[in-house]
Amino acid sequence: MNNLHLNHLRELESESIYVIREVAAQFEHPVLLFSGGKDSIVITHLARKAFFPAKLPFPLLHIDTGHNFQETLDYRDNLVNNIGAQLIVGSVQESINQGKAVEENGYNASRNVLQTITLLDTIEKYKFDAAMGGARRDEEKARAKERFFSHRDEFGQWDPKNQRPELWNIFNGKKNMGEHFRVFPISNWTEMDVWQYILLENIEMPSLYFTHQREVFCRDGNWLATAPFMKLKENEKAEVKTVRCRTIGDITCTGVTLSEANSLEEIIEEIAATRVTERGGRADDKRSEAAMEDRKREGYF
Amino acid sequence: MSFSKNGYLDMELLRFTTAGSVDDGKSTLIGRLLYDSKSIFEDQLEAVKRASIQKGNDYINLALLTDGLRSEREQGITIDVAYRYFATPKRKFIIADTPGHVQYTRNMVTGASTANAAIILIDARNGVIEQTHRHAFIASLLQIPHIIVCINKMDLVDFKQSVYDVIKKTFADFAEIIDIKDIRYVPISALKGDNVVDESKNMHWYNEGTLMSILETIPIENDYNFVQTRFPVQYVIRPLTEDHHDYRGYAGRVAGGIFRKGDNVKILPSGLPSKIKSIDLMENELEVAFPPMSVSISLEDDIDISRGDMIVKNDSLPTISQDIEITICWMNQKPLVIGRKYNLMHTTKEVKCIIKEILYKINVNTLEKIIDEKEVGLNSIARVMIKTTKPLIFDSYKSNRVTGSLILIDEVTNETVGVGMIV
Repeated sequence: MNNLHLNHLRELESESIYVIREVAAQFEHPVLLFSGGKDSIVITHLARKAFFPAKLPFPLLHIDTGHNFQETLDYRDNLVNNIGAQLIVGSVQESINQGKAVEENGYNASRNVLQTITLLDTIEKYKFDAAMGGARRDEEKARAKERFFSHRDEFGQWDPKNQRPELWNIFNGKKNMGEHFRVFPISNWTEMDVWQYILLENIEMPSLYFTHQREVFCRDGNWLATAPFMKLKENEKAEVKTVRCRTIGDITCTGVTLSEANSLEEIIEEIAATRVTERGGRADDKRSEAAMEDRKREGYF
Repeated sequence: MSFSKNGYLDMELLRFTTAGSVDDGKSTLIGRLLYDSKSIFEDQLEAVKRASIQKGNDYINLALLTDGLRSEREQGITIDVAYRYFATPKRKFIIADTPGHVQYTRNMVTGASTANAAIILIDARNGVIEQTHRHAFIASLLQIPHIIVCINKMDLVDFKQSVYDVIKKTFADFAEIIDIKDIRYVPISALKGDNVVDESKNMHWYNEGTLMSILETIPIENDYNFVQTRFPVQYVIRPLTEDHHDYRGYAGRVAGGIFRKGDNVKILPSGLPSKIKSIDLMENELEVAFPPMSVSISLEDDIDISRGDMIVKNDSLPTISQDIEITICWMNQKPLVIGRKYNLMHTTKEVKCIIKEILYKINVNTLEKIIDEKEVGLNSIARVMIKTTKPLIFDSYKSNRVTGSLILIDEVTNETVGVGMIV
């Protein structure tokens, strides 16, 4: 074996950097969707690598459901400050106030679906023609067929039967007026790759990912964090547990797992031993077997 | 699980594609690879168990693991390329799962374009059939370096060696007339698990390794071209800040050869000479860059270089021309139109082109040249001459998959309508 050889993480890194640079080269107003979760943190890191020593040639966009962990907001503001990036916040609350979105009711009410409305609105407002996101193909069945460059019509919708063929490393970003692209630079990464890369590159992560004490309750077999806007059912009881977040998004649908993992190494060992998928803890996917596919057609991330 | 930063993190990445006819058991095979390598999570397996019972299946239908979209579940077939991931302690794998239908040649071409290896499935009861020829031909056309022929459903032919031998011989004879370098054969039962991950107890006459052990050990480090130096400029980094006032970096992904700091280079198409000042990736200055690394190269001289140009070394120059012969695979419902303008993307360059002439079509099942029929429609493969508005800087696809490939885009719909491999 020769020495001129990249390991899997470096090969994935190189592929993602190539995709991010293609976006900057092919589009006029790209944007990077930043949720504060590990995937968007990794993409931001890759984007910095892609253009260093220049600053990011696009802003970060946070679609804010208003139901965030405070740690996520602090981390976001700190990061934006450190790397000198521009941050745009799209507010779901504002969409609700404007009557564009209607708040869900009931115990499982979530603003996760409403994010789509705010996202499409923000894309239109700023005339973004490409929105990069941290979705990975290993997350969910419907995502397995996503392209790196995913074409969206003027309503922001995805047509899985009519996707453009994507060959080699040639990415067709051509579009008509009003259409845009979703681009997924880390399509080929798995949850394990993401954590290994974070370790390899020593990327600072929000404290939520590491073990901590938190008030939680159990619903349908998943642990959820309590929050002022979460209603508990009669048989549910809030208790303090030792947990960490496996995915970070909106509080209402982010599952926490009982864990004592306190370092990146321990998280990686935990994931290696885990027998449930990352999205297993996400309440939004359980609504129906084809839940993700339906949301994606309508313009979800 | 043992864990060390240097050992565990240092795996190779192997991309492979799967080709088989309908009912050859492709989804079952992929399900089996995922299941036996313990890449299936409990909640996924639970969902598949539930669905299997609902459908009245007697066993866990592993094929359901990979059925993605609702329209597929309804029709019970795979309609598009889906990507799957799994890892063993030796390698990380990316599977491009492509359907075997006649009308879906375009999907197999897509999946094959990035693959190091292709698994071609053959039903032991049917042997080498017309579709097997097509799969092998596409694999050779796309220059997939390694082919693994899986003779599946051995359980249905009583695990007989004679069946395997006949199929192996038939395929090998056919492979001689097409260009495939590395072929291996494995008799398996995807349904029962024989020779997929675990060695078969029913075929002691076979001892060349399970499918998984082949996937784990095929040497892939020479799948890239390390000889001819090619660096298509993708993006010019100009920070224009106080700290980096004069910095100008040419960002891109090495498409061939080895670049080192201090190398004398030539910029194409201008032909101007220069020297590599540094190779950078963020704060790290690198001594060497090779495929498929994404880096940023800065030069000693201040030359006007933009996206679409190519940095090469003086030996072994690529071809620069506007008249190019390609093998094209047509990917769109609307057939190719001679004389019409198409947008063309090649490496990081975009030009327009017209298709001057269709030399011949190729019957993908028999590999015969078709001279008298000139309609190139969806899933057709043909040899054509194109002329571009500006010169392309290229190699033959055989010598370099990056600088030898291109796509054609409809000017009105912007769809990718054709993909080409330069002859």
